[in-house]
Amino acid sequence: MSAASAASVPAARPAPVEAIHVENLHKKFGDLHVLKGVSLSARDGDVVAIIGGSGSGKSTLLRCINCLENPTSGLIRVNEEEIRLKRDGHGGTVPADRRQIERIRSKLGMVFQSFNLWSHMTLIENLIEVPIHVLGVKRPEAIARAEGLLARVGLAEKRDVYPAFLSGGQQQRGAIARALAIEPRVMLFDEPTSALDPELVGEVLKVIADLAREGRTMILVTHEMKFAREVATHVVYLHNGLVEEEGPPEQVFGAPKSERLKQFIRTVS
Amino acid sequence: MSTIVLAERLARNPWLQPHRIGLLAVAAALVASAALFMRWDWIPNYYDLALAGIWRTIWILVVTCALGMMLAIPLGLAQAAGPWWLAMPANAFCTVIRGTPLLLQLWLLYYGLGSLFPQFPAIRNSELWPYLRQAWPYAVLALTMSFAAYEGEVMRGAFAGVPKGQLEAARAFGMRRSTVFRRIWLPQAIQRALPTLAGETVLQLKATPLVATITVVDIYSVASRVRQDTFIVYEPLLLLALIYLLITGVIIFLFRRLEARIPSRLG
Repeated sequence: MSAASAASVPAARPAPVEAIHVENLHKKFGDLHVLKGVSLSARDGDVVAIIGGSGSGKSTLLRCINCLENPTSGLIRVNEEEIRLKRDGHGGTVPADRRQIERIRSKLGMVFQSFNLWSHMTLIENLIEVPIHVLGVKRPEAIARAEGLLARVGLAEKRDVYPAFLSGGQQQRGAIARALAIEPRVMLFDEPTSALDPELVGEVLKVIADLAREGRTMILVTHEMKFAREVATHVVYLHNGLVEEEGPPEQVFGAPKSERLKQFIRTVS
Repeated sequence: MSTIVLAERLARNPWLQPHRIGLLAVAAALVASAALFMRWDWIPNYYDLALAGIWRTIWILVVTCALGMMLAIPLGLAQAAGPWWLAMPANAFCTVIRGTPLLLQLWLLYYGLGSLFPQFPAIRNSELWPYLRQAWPYAVLALTMSFAAYEGEVMRGAFAGVPKGQLEAARAFGMRRSTVFRRIWLPQAIQRALPTLAGETVLQLKATPLVATITVVDIYSVASRVRQDTFIVYEPLLLLALIYLLITGVIIFLFRRLEARIPSRLG
């Protein structure tokens, strides 16, 4: 019986590895309880969209994954490796091993709302900075790869331009290329289009959609509901620091169960 | 037609505008009258001494600015981002040094420390004594501390002015803290501080004559010597002013060159 059921499972493909695993995550800023026990999982190839109103804790959740915010309590595994946290003596935690968190961060390609390209470096220098100075890639190799990535995001001719001379959309595409340059295991997007003029949103979303199509593992905090519905494989709706509802996009957007989610979808669309 | 073109070209040439021509004429007249009606016959007698003085002024300026900047970076960083037990002493140092006259600091070091040291046989017998019995180490120390204190304050602002998001991005990609500092934070802070540093370096140049009060023979003290020897007052002082002006010009020029290499807009 058990042999028969095992045989019915397609044996050729092993279960995808869990790239990100978050369990019972709490985050407090002083008295403010932003995350109240959130769990989240992304397997290889998943595109997880985190949606929710402002103040729902979605950006905080994303920033906890690479410890830009230290979680107050909870468990985070990246690529099946648990981030070791220790008590900081003020009721929160800090990474127990700085080298471990630096190693894990160098596998997570973070894209920020405000781009955060390094303004004293040209675009190509922005792209080769981390490969050379963190990952130890040789300079010619890093440059060759960076040029390929710039061509991919449509910025090949801007390689020697400083970020201040680029439009918001170009800066954000450059920032995505910078994140791709580290050959990340997972891409993390923190509201990548929220700081952009409306006419520039499309070019950035197109780049992100391309990445989703090629099967890149991504976690995406976004306000673009239509986009989330198109590219995500899994949608998580956060409300007041808790996962209110989650599931495949068709279900979350098409047949929401929670009253709050129904209302949220009505107000944003 | 061609006269119009010529006139336009003249108008565009910044040296040939009417008010410029007037100013150039006045300057030429001043130089000519200075050369004709003032006494310059003493110059050959003091030529070597003046050159040595200029060299010493420049040497003190360069050394104290370099050493002061090396101190200013940790002083600024401690105040901008350090824990309180580093920020407080750094702040206290900057406040005390900036709040008291440089002349006073110089004399306190030279007459205070300088008269204290010989009382200790250990110091008198040490390898350093040949230097400590001279005046210039106290001059360098005082000017270095002064530059460090002013520039520590400048660097505090410059470090604090670097956008936090860019530092966060560096951390988010797994950079070590030392790498973030070396590759992102410090370069941007220096770029931000550069226009201020140019002015501060000029101020430092104009602080160097104070070392003449503790017997260091810089270019200013050469001018004083000429006055004492020959009773010629104005000519050495005029020449002295010109020399300081020229050095200032060189400093400004060098900083302009540095600034030109920086993208004109920082995010």
